[in-house]
Amino acid sequence: MDLSEEDVREILRIIDRSEVEELRIEVSGFSLHVRKTATSPPAGGEREDGGSRAATPGTGTQIVEAPMLGTFYRSEAPGEPPLVAVGDHLEPDSVVCLIEVMKLMNHVQAGVSGTVVDVLAEDGALVEFGQPLFSVTADA
Amino acid sequence: MRVRRLFVANRGEIAVRILRTCAELGLATVLGASLADRDSLAAELADRVVVIGAPHPSESYLKVPTIVAAAVGTGCDAVHPGYGFLSENPALASALAEHGVVFVGPPAETLAIAGDKLRARAAAIAAGLPVVPGREVSTFADARAFADAEGYPVLVKAAGGGGGRGIKLAVDAASLESVFGLARAEAAAAFGDERLYLERFVRAARHIEVQVAADTHGTMVHLGERDCSTQRRYQKVIEETPAPRLSRQLRDSLCEAALAFARAISYRNIGTVEFVVDVETGEFFFLEMNCRIQVEHPVTELVCGLDLVALQLRIASGESLGFQQADVRLDGHAIECRLLAEDSDHDFRPAPGRLERFVMPELPGLRVDSHCRAGTVIPPYYDSLLAKLIAHGPERDDALATMTTALGDIEVAGVQTNRELLARLVADSRFKSGNITTNWLEQALA
Repeated sequence: MDLSEEDVREILRIIDRSEVEELRIEVSGFSLHVRKTATSPPAGGEREDGGSRAATPGTGTQIVEAPMLGTFYRSEAPGEPPLVAVGDHLEPDSVVCLIEVMKLMNHVQAGVSGTVVDVLAEDGALVEFGQPLFSVTADA
Repeated sequence: MRVRRLFVANRGEIAVRILRTCAELGLATVLGASLADRDSLAAELADRVVVIGAPHPSESYLKVPTIVAAAVGTGCDAVHPGYGFLSENPALASALAEHGVVFVGPPAETLAIAGDKLRARAAAIAAGLPVVPGREVSTFADARAFADAEGYPVLVKAAGGGGGRGIKLAVDAASLESVFGLARAEAAAAFGDERLYLERFVRAARHIEVQVAADTHGTMVHLGERDCSTQRRYQKVIEETPAPRLSRQLRDSLCEAALAFARAISYRNIGTVEFVVDVETGEFFFLEMNCRIQVEHPVTELVCGLDLVALQLRIASGESLGFQQADVRLDGHAIECRLLAEDSDHDFRPAPGRLERFVMPELPGLRVDSHCRAGTVIPPYYDSLLAKLIAHGPERDDALATMTTALGDIEVAGVQTNRELLARLVADSRFKSGNITTNWLEQALA
C-alpha cells in the first residue's frame, strides 16, 4: 500500500470528524493505528453550532481553524473591540470570531483552552474552510 | 455584463474542461474545491483555489450559501456550476442574481419549471409536445378504459409515490385486474394515498436527446441529437451523434419539438431536451429538459465544431450566439464512452483508490476529457467517472474503429475500471448495427 503524507492527513481528518474513537489498519507492509485522546475537540454536529476545528489536541501550540468558508470578523459589530486579542485566555467555548456566510453570522468557538499568541487572518477577509485563524498556546 | 472572472463550482473532469476553455478565452478563474480536491488537476489549472468545505458533497459542493460567499468573496462575476451538484438548483441561481453574480445557465424560474416533473409535463403538453400517455384513475373500470384506449402493456403506479416504488406492469386486461387491487392496497399502505396513475409502457425504447442553445436576444438553435440508449440502471454508458438508423423525418420532428419546449419555458443558455422514442410505433415522447451542460456534450462539440462551454459563457455575458440555425453544420459521427472506476465483476460497485498507472491513448480522431493521471486518488465521495473517450470520424464505422483501438490501448492500474465492458459493447454486433434499445445493455449483461 502506497500512502503519502497527505493520505495519512486525510485519514486523520476523516477520523477526526467521525464518531470513531480508535482505528487500526494493517495490511502487508503497512500499519496505521490512530486513537482519539480525551481532549479531542468536539466533532460533527457540535461543530455546526459554531465550534471550530482545533488541530492536534494536547499541549503546545494549537491552531484554531475556520469551520467554514466565509468572511472573517474579529468583532461583533463594526467599531466594537475584537472578541479576542493576543494575550487573552480562552476556554473551549469562548467565541473567538464571527464568520459570515451570506449575511448569516456564525459564532466560532475556540475548541481549546489556552492563550492567544497570534491572529492569523485579516479582519473582513474571506477565509477558507480549514484556514488557520488563531494560534493558541494550550494550557498545560 | 461581460464575464471576466469565473468561479467554477464543480470538480473532476468537468471542472478541468471548464478551466481549459477559460484559459483559451483569457478569463481569470477561481475553483471552489472540497478538502478532498485541494490537490486535484483542476486545482492546479485554476488561478486561485478556495477550500469550500469537507469532502462530502453536502458539506461543500452542495452548499448554496458557501458557493455564493466564495464567489462574491473572491470577486468573481459569474459562477459555472458544471453538471450534477447545484447545476440545476434554482436557489443558487436566484441567490447569485441577488448578489449581482451571473449564473451560467438559465434563469431561476426556468430551472424551477423544468425541475418539477408535473410542471414540465404541463408545459410540454401546452407547447404541443407528445408526452407518455398517462393519467390518474379512480376505479378499475376507469383503469380498464384507459388501457383499452392506449393499448397494453400499461404501468400501474402509486400517484403519490416515487423512486420506482410500487410500480406494476399489466400486460393484458386479466393481469390489470389482478394488479389493480393489490397496487391500490400497496399505495395506501406505503404512501397513505390509494390514488393510482396509469401510464403506457414503452416496451422497446430509445433515449434520444436534442442539444439546444438560446441567447438573450431571441436566437435559439438546436445542435442536433444524441443517442444515449446504452444505459445501465438509467446511467448512460455510451453516447453518440447522430443517432444511428433514425429517419430524417423523426430527427427533424425531435429537433423541432425540443425547440418548441425550450421556447415555451423561455429557455436561455444551453440545455438538452430528452425524449423516449418508441421503436415499435415510431412515436416519441417528451421526458424532461436538462438545464445544464451534460456529461456527453463532447460528441456534439466534435460534430458541430463549437466549444459549448465558450458558448455558455458568451450567452451568460449577454452576447448573441453569433450564428443562426442555417449556419449549424454537423460533420461526421462521434461516439463517447465513459470510463468508470467500478468493479464490473461485483455488481458495478464503485472502486475508489489511487491510480498507480493512467495512460490514455493519443490517436487521430480521439479526444480524452479527464482529470486523472498517475497518482490521482479517486475519493469515495463523488462519482466514479475517470475519463471520457470521444472518437470522431467521417462515418460511424470510423468512429467505432478509433474507439476500439483506444479502448485496447488504455493502461490503468490501481483501480478497477469498466474498460473491458466498454470494449465488449462496442464490438457487439447488435451495438454495431445501431439497433439497440434502453434495455439492451442490461439484457446483454444478464
